[in-house]
Amino acid sequence: MAKTIVEKIFDAHRVEELSGGIHVLRLDAVFAHEVTTSVAVNELAALGKDKVFDASKIKAVIDHVTPAKDSKTAQQGKILRDWAKRNSINDFFDIGRNGVCHALFPEKGFVRPGYTIIMGDSHTCTHGAFGAFAAGVGTTDLEVGILKGVCAFRTPETIRFNITGALREGVFAKDVILSIIGKIGVNGATNKIMEFTGPLIDSLSMESRMTLCNMAIEAGGTSGICYPDMTTVDYLWPFIKDTYSSKEEALADYTKWISDHDAHYDDVVDIDVSSLEPVTTFGYKPDNIKTVREMDGTHIDQIYIGSCTNGRIEDLRIAAGILKGKKIAGNVRGIVSPATPDIFKRALSEGLIDIFMDSGFVVTNPTCGACLGMSNGVLAEGEAAASTTNRNFNGRMGKGGMVHLMSPATAAATALAGSITNSSLFKG
Amino acid sequence: MKTFAGSILFLDRSDINTDEIIPAKYLTEITKDALKPYLLEDLRLGSFDPAKDIEGKSVVVSRANFGCGSSREHAPWALEVNGINLVIAESFARIFRQNMYNCGMMAVELPAGGIDLLFKKFAGTGARLETDLKNSKFILTSETEKEETAFSISGFDRDLIEAGGWLGFAESRY
Repeated sequence: MAKTIVEKIFDAHRVEELSGGIHVLRLDAVFAHEVTTSVAVNELAALGKDKVFDASKIKAVIDHVTPAKDSKTAQQGKILRDWAKRNSINDFFDIGRNGVCHALFPEKGFVRPGYTIIMGDSHTCTHGAFGAFAAGVGTTDLEVGILKGVCAFRTPETIRFNITGALREGVFAKDVILSIIGKIGVNGATNKIMEFTGPLIDSLSMESRMTLCNMAIEAGGTSGICYPDMTTVDYLWPFIKDTYSSKEEALADYTKWISDHDAHYDDVVDIDVSSLEPVTTFGYKPDNIKTVREMDGTHIDQIYIGSCTNGRIEDLRIAAGILKGKKIAGNVRGIVSPATPDIFKRALSEGLIDIFMDSGFVVTNPTCGACLGMSNGVLAEGEAAASTTNRNFNGRMGKGGMVHLMSPATAAATALAGSITNSSLFKG
Repeated sequence: MKTFAGSILFLDRSDINTDEIIPAKYLTEITKDALKPYLLEDLRLGSFDPAKDIEGKSVVVSRANFGCGSSREHAPWALEVNGINLVIAESFARIFRQNMYNCGMMAVELPAGGIDLLFKKFAGTGARLETDLKNSKFILTSETEKEETAFSISGFDRDLIEAGGWLGFAESRY
């Protein structure tokens, strides 16, 4: 029977199928950060179950608030740190090596096509960019994942997005995913897989595919997913070169996961991006989308470039390209947070950090902090941010604050203008 | 097994998200009880006042896509420590819904028309709800109205309620 990529991954990992279409899957990786895992660790310890199913399959990082901002966040970090040590979790990333989980773990080669991955974080769907089934879960699912290496999911239904056309200059993967969410709504893919295919996806870098898959959850999607191809192999090659004799052999192996041409889809949505303009959000839901043109001149207090959506080297290069030799407006504060130490170092060696600092940005260490109003850039009541993050809920970056989601290019141009504006790259 | 009965808190809006249920700044807490004062703190909804309107409530009735957003199980926990073990809505975000059953709590979908009826007949009346889990029905009563509403839940969800959650179920099975 013809199958989608996620159906194939389910078949290869199914422990059992329970009544009502519940599939218990074996997990290839369980990712952990200090905010949701520390509670799981405490609960398991209280139950006398302080153990892990396979230490080599658990990857942990302190990323949400780092360095700790107060005694409570210090305690959360300590719980994770002590747990990793007790359970011999060698892939544990503490200060100096830590970064935003969904940027760090792919960079370390922990995500592979065909993998099943869970994490106590809703943006775990990011890793679908590699052709993996990766889903955010709550603390209890995480506890069972840590203890038993399994997790339960409903029969996957898939919406296939067939994306054609070339992006105009100044339009990016962020604009594509925001416009898709605007089209289908925050509930448009609930309990569904969002499979991104077509010529546009084939042309995107892994960074852009991660941006796309990262926001699947904002439409309610269980996971976003792209097919593995030579771009995937190139990205992973340093980690798989001992496994395969050539890139072609790796590609041939990964190709087995790709959806059959006659697989069943719950829905197929054709999208032509040729006329897409840069977009941003205007309200408290990620599906409140308008073109940047329509939002031109909207007041902004703070620019934030970073996060698991758009804090990667490609994003920093685009933003720096717009900021180079210019100063940000006097009415805005600019914050850039390279998502991992490696991205930070590359940005330093490429001169991007100089550009950001000369333009008036502050550069923070890698952390999730500001995106969810926990640290490093919380908004005051009544303030507005132009942000490359993924969520604009009421209070998200600070109580009483407004968040306008946008691409790094639009954010950089907005920093220069002092209010929402199209980037100089966009000639439309 | 938890209890699924009591006074009803009606929240008349779709897409009530996890950040409204429990803001991220409280995720630094490492005990469930510490979340109690902050439930629905950032929800702006008509005259709703979390300081007055949550006390004494045991059931939430809401609209579509309840619990969208973050994976934080702090959202069900914040409900649980306030004595709310049951949310009835037109639909739920996947992770929130699973987190509820994983904690041995209930997230039950009713058709939009059924939800509408509950709002029309019972919102603002001080109504109570009883759950007949065996026969899969809710019984709502106010001073002037009584209504029985059938619901369906899967065998797996029922198992989780009876096991007190996914950890108990998984321990006995894997």
